[in-house]
Amino acid sequence: MKRTFAVAIGGAAGQGVATPGNIFARIFARRGLHVLAYNAYQSIIRGGHTFLTIRTGPDRVNSFGDHIDLMIPLNQDTMDRHLHLLGPGAAVVYNGDSIKPGSAAEGVRLCALPVSQLTANSRNKVEQNTLCVAAGLSMMGVGFQPLEEVLVHQFKKKGDAVVSENVGSARAAYQYATEHFAPFEHALPMTDAPKAVLTGNMALAMGGAAAGVKFYCAYPMSPSTGVLHWMAAHARKAGIMVRQVEDEIGVINMAIGAAQAGCRAMCATSGGGFALMTEGLGMSAMIETPVVVIDVQRAGPSTGVPTKTEQGDLWQMLGAGHGDYPRAIATPTDIVDCFKLIPEMFNLVDKFQCPGIVLGDLLLSEGTATADPGELDFNVPIDRGELITSANGNGANGYKRYLFTESGISPRAIPGVPHHTHTVATDEHMEDGVLISDEFTNPIKRREMMEKRQRKIAGIEASVPPPELVGPRDADVTLIGWGSTKGVIEEAIELLAGEGVTANHLQIRWMVPLHGEAILEQLRGARHTIIIENNYSGQFARYLRSETSFVPDGHIRKYDGEPFMPHHIVESVKEQLAGKTNLSVPMHEIMV
Amino acid sequence: MATTEQVLKPVTLKEYKGKVDPDWCPGCGDFGVLAALQKALVDLQIQPYNVVTISGIGCSSNLPGYVETYGMHTLHGRALAVATGVKMANHDLTVVVTGGDGDGFGIGGNHFIHTMRRNVDLLYLAMDNQIYGLTTGQVSPTSRVGMKTKSTPFGSVEGPINPIALALAAGATFVARGFTGDQKHLTDLIKLGLEHKGFSFIDIFSPCVTYNHDNTYPWFKQRVKKLEDDPAYDASNLQQAFEKAQLWGDEIPTGRFFQRTDLPSLDQAEPVLDTGGPLALRELGIPPEITREFVTELM
Repeated sequence: MKRTFAVAIGGAAGQGVATPGNIFARIFARRGLHVLAYNAYQSIIRGGHTFLTIRTGPDRVNSFGDHIDLMIPLNQDTMDRHLHLLGPGAAVVYNGDSIKPGSAAEGVRLCALPVSQLTANSRNKVEQNTLCVAAGLSMMGVGFQPLEEVLVHQFKKKGDAVVSENVGSARAAYQYATEHFAPFEHALPMTDAPKAVLTGNMALAMGGAAAGVKFYCAYPMSPSTGVLHWMAAHARKAGIMVRQVEDEIGVINMAIGAAQAGCRAMCATSGGGFALMTEGLGMSAMIETPVVVIDVQRAGPSTGVPTKTEQGDLWQMLGAGHGDYPRAIATPTDIVDCFKLIPEMFNLVDKFQCPGIVLGDLLLSEGTATADPGELDFNVPIDRGELITSANGNGANGYKRYLFTESGISPRAIPGVPHHTHTVATDEHMEDGVLISDEFTNPIKRREMMEKRQRKIAGIEASVPPPELVGPRDADVTLIGWGSTKGVIEEAIELLAGEGVTANHLQIRWMVPLHGEAILEQLRGARHTIIIENNYSGQFARYLRSETSFVPDGHIRKYDGEPFMPHHIVESVKEQLAGKTNLSVPMHEIMV
Repeated sequence: MATTEQVLKPVTLKEYKGKVDPDWCPGCGDFGVLAALQKALVDLQIQPYNVVTISGIGCSSNLPGYVETYGMHTLHGRALAVATGVKMANHDLTVVVTGGDGDGFGIGGNHFIHTMRRNVDLLYLAMDNQIYGLTTGQVSPTSRVGMKTKSTPFGSVEGPINPIALALAAGATFVARGFTGDQKHLTDLIKLGLEHKGFSFIDIFSPCVTYNHDNTYPWFKQRVKKLEDDPAYDASNLQQAFEKAQLWGDEIPTGRFFQRTDLPSLDQAEPVLDTGGPLALRELGIPPEITREFVTELM
C-alpha cells in the first residue's frame, strides 16, 4: 500500500480553513509530494461548517482516503463532530485556550496549544490557524524554513507586519510542539521533483488557454465559477477575451457568435445553467459551428445542493437540445485530465464542426491536486479542421458552406473572407445555406442534409480511442466507473487486493462516442461486473444498457452529495461478492 | 481577409442582392427595410464580405437570407448575444442585427438591455409591426391596449413597452425610429447608425399587412413627424429625447432621438483588443514565457 498522510482542517466558513489548507498543500508540493484535497463545505459565506481533507504522499494521491492522521479543529464544533473519526496513531492539534477535547479513541493524541502564551496578538482569531499548522509540521518532521517561505508567500500582500507576526507566532508554536508533542511514527517523505498545485477549475481554464481559446464567457454558477476566475485573472496575459454575460442563454449564444467569427470559444456552467444553454447547443450543431461547453455537475435536481458533488447530469447531456445531431461528450478522470481533455475536445469539435461537452463534477472542479509541471504542457497539438481563413485566390463565387461530402464535413469559411459570403441558419438549409424550411421545403433535400450531418458521427467515433480494461482479465470482479471516480476506484482495488480480492477496472472517459462494441468485448468473460456511480438511478448503467444491452451484476451508487471514499467501494464489493445484495448505497460517515 | 486583400471595385446594389427573393407577404414593410439597408451599405461602400447580418427568428429575421453578406439566422431572441460574440471575435467586421418586436423585446428582452449597456458596436434594426406574424397573429410586446389578436380575441389588457424610452434608459448611444413608408429617411437613419461607433438602435415601423389592421401604412403616415424637421430639437439632449419618446397619438416622432459619441464601444473599452488585431485572426498559441509563468505561480 502506498504511504500517505492526511490532514483534516475543520471550522466555520469565514474562519480561515482555506489558508492553512493552502499552506499545507504548497509545502507538500514544494517538498515534491503529491497532494489531493477535498473540501466538504456548505453554501454559506460566514458560519456553518467546512471540513477540508488534504492527503499527501510521494506517489500520485488517488482520493482523499479513509483515514485522518492529523486533525486541526478551528472551533469546538469541529472537535465535537469529527474526533470520533480518528484512530490510533492520529493526533489532534488545537487551541487549548478555547477548545475542549472530547473523549478520543485509544491511541489518539490530543495536543493542546497554549495559543495565548505563544502569540503576541492572541486577539487575532485566525492566528491560531498558523500556530496549529506550525505545530503539525513539527510533528511531521518538516523543518521550519519551508513554512517560513510559504508564510511569506501567503501573507506578503498584507504587508511586512502581518508576515513577521505570523512567522514569529509560527516559530513559537513550532518550538513548543517540538518540545511537547512526540513526532508522528513516520516523518513526511520528500522527493526532488516539486509539484504544481491546482484545482480542477483552474486546470479546465488552463486547458482552454492551451487549446487556443480566445473567447471565454460565463455566468457565475457553482461549482464552475473557478474557471471564470482563472480566465479573468489571466485573460490579458493570455490574450483571451473574457465576458460575464447576463444569463447562460446569452453565454452560449455569444460563444457561438465568437466561434462563427473564427475563435475557439468556450464556456462553463453547472446543470441549471446548462439547461438554459441547450437550445444554443442545437444551434451549434445545426449551423455546424464548433463550441466547447463545460458542465460541472453538482447535486441536483434544480438548485439542489450547490456545494456538493454528483454525477447526475449524464442524461441531461445525452439529451440536450431537441432533434438528432452529432455531439461529443467526455468526462475528465482526474484534475490533470481536466487540463489535457480540453485541447483534445477542441481538436475534435473543430474537425467535426459540432458541439463538445466536457462533463466534470464538483469533486474535480473544486478539488485540489498536484501535477508534475511537465504535465501542464501548453504546447499541445492544434487541429482546426477544414477552416477557410483567406480567399487564397479563389475568386469564383459558388462556395457552398454545407457542401455534401463523404465525411459529412464541409469546409468552413469565416466572415471577412471575400467570395465566400453565405448565411448559416438554424432552419434546415441546402448546401449553399438557403433555407428549405419555408418556401423551398423538400423532403429529399432534408433527408440528404440530415444524413450529411449525421455522417460525422462515424468520424468522431474513429477519432477517439475506446476505453481499456486495466488489470487481470480473470479478476474476481470488474469495476466500471466514469469520470471523476477513477482515482477512488483504483485505490479501492489496491485495498481489495490486500484482502485477497482481485479486481480489474474499466473507466469511461468518452461518453459520446461510447464505443459500445469495444466495451462489450472488454467485458466478455468478466466474472462479476459492478458499475459505480455518484447518482441515484444509475445513469451510466442505463446508458450502457441502452447502447449495448449490457446489464451488470451489481451497482454501487451514492447520492448524498459527498464523493465515494475507498472503503465505501471495498465494503460494497465484498457484500456483493458475498451475494448479499446487487445494489449498495454506502453511507457517508463525515457529516458536513 | 479584409486586412490583407483590399478589393477596391465599387460596390453596387447587385453585390448585395441575395441568393433568393424574400418570401414576405406582398406589401410587407420588411421589403422596405431590406431595400434601405442595401442602399445604405452601398452608399457607404462597405464590402459585403466585411458585413455580418444576424437575426433571430420571425418574418423579419429571414432578412439575412435575402442580402448577400455573411449571415447568421440564429435562435429566437438571441441575435444580439450572437452578434456580440461575432463583433468581439472580429471587431473589423460591420455587424447588423435584424429582427422583430417579439424577437427583440419579448423573448430577447434581456439581451436587448445588456447589449445596450455594453455599448457593443453594432446596428440593431428592429422591424416593429406590433404583432407576431410568423405564428399567424398574436399580441406582441409593442401591441397597444385593446388590440384584438388571435391570443387576445377580446382585446389586449396589457400595456406595450416603449422601445425608444427603454433604449435611452439602458444606455444606448444611438437611438432612432424609422418608418418603411419613408425610404429616404430610413436609409439616412441606417447610414447614421452604421457610421456610429457604438450600439445603434433603430426601431422601425414596418407594418404587417396581413395580421395588424390597426397600425397600418395610412395610420402611421397620418401620425409620423420627423424630429429633423424641428430645428430646436437637440439629439444630444437625453432629457429631450425622453420627452419625445413619450409621444404616441396624433403625433409620433421619427428620426434620431439621441446620439452620444463620448463613450467607448465595448471593443474600444476591452484591453485585450488594444493591440494585435481581431481575436479570430490571431495565432492560437500563448508565448512560452507566459505559460511558464502560469505554471510557476502554482508552485
